[in-house]
Amino acid sequence: MPHLDFDIAHMLAGMLVLASFMMLYQDRLYALLRVLALHAFVLACAVAWQARIQDAPGLYVTAVIALGFKAILAPWALHRIVVRLGIHREIETVVGIGVTMLAGMFLVALSLKVMLPVTAHAEPVAREDIALALSVVLIGLLVMVTRRNAVSQVVGFLSLENGVDLAAAGAQGMPLVVELSVAFSVLIAFIVTGIFLFRIRERFDTVDLQALDRFRGERG
Amino acid sequence: MTALPIILISLVAAALLAAIRNYRLSANLNVLASLVSFLCAIGLLVSRPANNQYLLIDDLNIVFILLNTFVGFTTSVFSASYIAHELETGRLTPGYLRFYHAMFQLMLLGMNLALLANNIGLMWVAVELATLTTVVMVGIYRTHEAIEAAWKYFILGSVGIALALFGTILVYLAARPVVGASMDAMVWTSLLAHARGFDPALLNIAFVFLLLGYGTKVGLAPMHAWLPDAHAEGPTPISAVLSGLLLNVALYALLRFKLLLSANPGAIAPGPLMIGLGLLSLIFAGFMLYRRRDIKRMFAFSSIEHMGIIVFAFGMAGPLGNFAGLLQMTMHSLTKSAIFFSVGHVAQVKGTQRIADMGGLTETHPVLGWALVASVLAIAGLPPFGVFTSEFLVVSSSFARAPLLAVLVVFGLLVSFGALLWRITGVAFGEPRGPTGPVKASYLPIFAHLSLVLIAGIWLPGPLVTWFQHVAALLG
Repeated sequence: MPHLDFDIAHMLAGMLVLASFMMLYQDRLYALLRVLALHAFVLACAVAWQARIQDAPGLYVTAVIALGFKAILAPWALHRIVVRLGIHREIETVVGIGVTMLAGMFLVALSLKVMLPVTAHAEPVAREDIALALSVVLIGLLVMVTRRNAVSQVVGFLSLENGVDLAAAGAQGMPLVVELSVAFSVLIAFIVTGIFLFRIRERFDTVDLQALDRFRGERG
Repeated sequence: MTALPIILISLVAAALLAAIRNYRLSANLNVLASLVSFLCAIGLLVSRPANNQYLLIDDLNIVFILLNTFVGFTTSVFSASYIAHELETGRLTPGYLRFYHAMFQLMLLGMNLALLANNIGLMWVAVELATLTTVVMVGIYRTHEAIEAAWKYFILGSVGIALALFGTILVYLAARPVVGASMDAMVWTSLLAHARGFDPALLNIAFVFLLLGYGTKVGLAPMHAWLPDAHAEGPTPISAVLSGLLLNVALYALLRFKLLLSANPGAIAPGPLMIGLGLLSLIFAGFMLYRRRDIKRMFAFSSIEHMGIIVFAFGMAGPLGNFAGLLQMTMHSLTKSAIFFSVGHVAQVKGTQRIADMGGLTETHPVLGWALVASVLAIAGLPPFGVFTSEFLVVSSSFARAPLLAVLVVFGLLVSFGALLWRITGVAFGEPRGPTGPVKASYLPIFAHLSLVLIAGIWLPGPLVTWFQHVAALLG
């Protein structure tokens, strides 16, 4: 029943968008990390489903990476980092939650408007998946822009990356998907260890202009 | 003869360098490995290997590879004398140096692989590798500023890379119905052969993502924010490589995708987008030059300015526009890395990068001072240096086709010209300021680059002109 196959694929992709929205209204770091784990879990399900309907066993590897690395390891490591570095548990947002949610809805509408007509000739699975994946990417960017704190920016980046993964899984028969997702995981591992090694507590930008000048190394 | 040795040499060298404790030995090995890579690249000129699904040598990328390996080699020579000083002053420890050398080779590997790749996926992975290694190098001093610069570069670079991957996936989607769901749908040569039949709308959106993604790595305004910090806070050899090479690699990726769009009759013309971003970068960076107080940061903005000119030239396209773009790119790489070589030694003598603390260099260190003056004059676009030739070509070719745009380019060039000249007079002439200790500089890389730029400005060899003309025609 190919119809049901498509419906489930679309439902999983839609759930990923919903999980992205859940990130937008979190104001506690731990809750945000739990949403990140959920996000990656939904991604793992979506990719595994794609592996099944496309009959592409390689994608199961991507799904396992998503589950083990992104849904369990990365949130756990970030959690440890928040505890060890004593980072503020509240998330400082640049604009209000309501405005961010509205912006998120606008971004979803935008990506559907842009991608659906363009992919009209592609297969139905690829079509909606790419449009929803673009929404996830854009909302990920929105999270990065509207959060001031380094850990929540990284969470935004990871969700953005999940969106790219969804697009790669949805592009039927794409070669090198597994290799690309491994390469991407290296990047994520770098970022997560980077926060810890560099002891980045907060984002560097600040309203204090003097501090900004010092960061730029351009005093006097 | 295959292209593989260039990659393998760096890989083996990186492994060896990570194990060798003696820093003199590892610095020499680093130079040797870079030299052998350069010789291999020359070998590609003589006998060109057949292309396969992963590696490609054609007339376009061989220009980039030669330039890349050459500047990689001269930078390794400069690096050897630079790090000796860093060890003496204790800014780097021997342990970090092992790491530094291994990363240096990995970075060259990433860049060469990105240039050699015949596969859009492999290219993406290579650019990612080059980004990660440079991030680590930028943060190697572990000062607060260096870590902040590395982090900023990392986050912005990662977002750029993620967007580029999304664009890559879209290109695959556009290719799949035509080429079929196989590796061929990610291979440059077959993509280009079939580009005519791709869905133009999908290709357009893909290009927007690729332009934003790889454009971040080119340092185009408004995605340039990482570039000045990364140049200013890392070791100077890395600044030279970033400006001279890494920006070119990202530019090369853009040019490849631009070729795909040009081959498709229904797709948007990528030219206007590139012209717009190029002009914005040029004029914005021109004005930003005036407010710089840190010497490496100033030359980083000058790199943004020049990448703006280059992207503008490739956006104008046509045989003359592409020719000018290629020449400008080559001249900029050579000149800018020469500038960073001399600036590196100057900053080591003065113990600071603040422009206000430097003065009278031509009196206290005549050779170094005049070398810096000459290279800054060259980058500002004064004759008889090669940058003048290429900038003249950019301006004159666009005057013929779009006079208004040419006026904007001239305006941007003049703005930055003023800033560079104003700053360099303070540094090179007048009362000596700051420490005036002796300098153990390696002049060979500086003068090698400068003389090449000078020769290109006075007389471009015939074969080189034919070659560049041929590549320019390929670029459409």
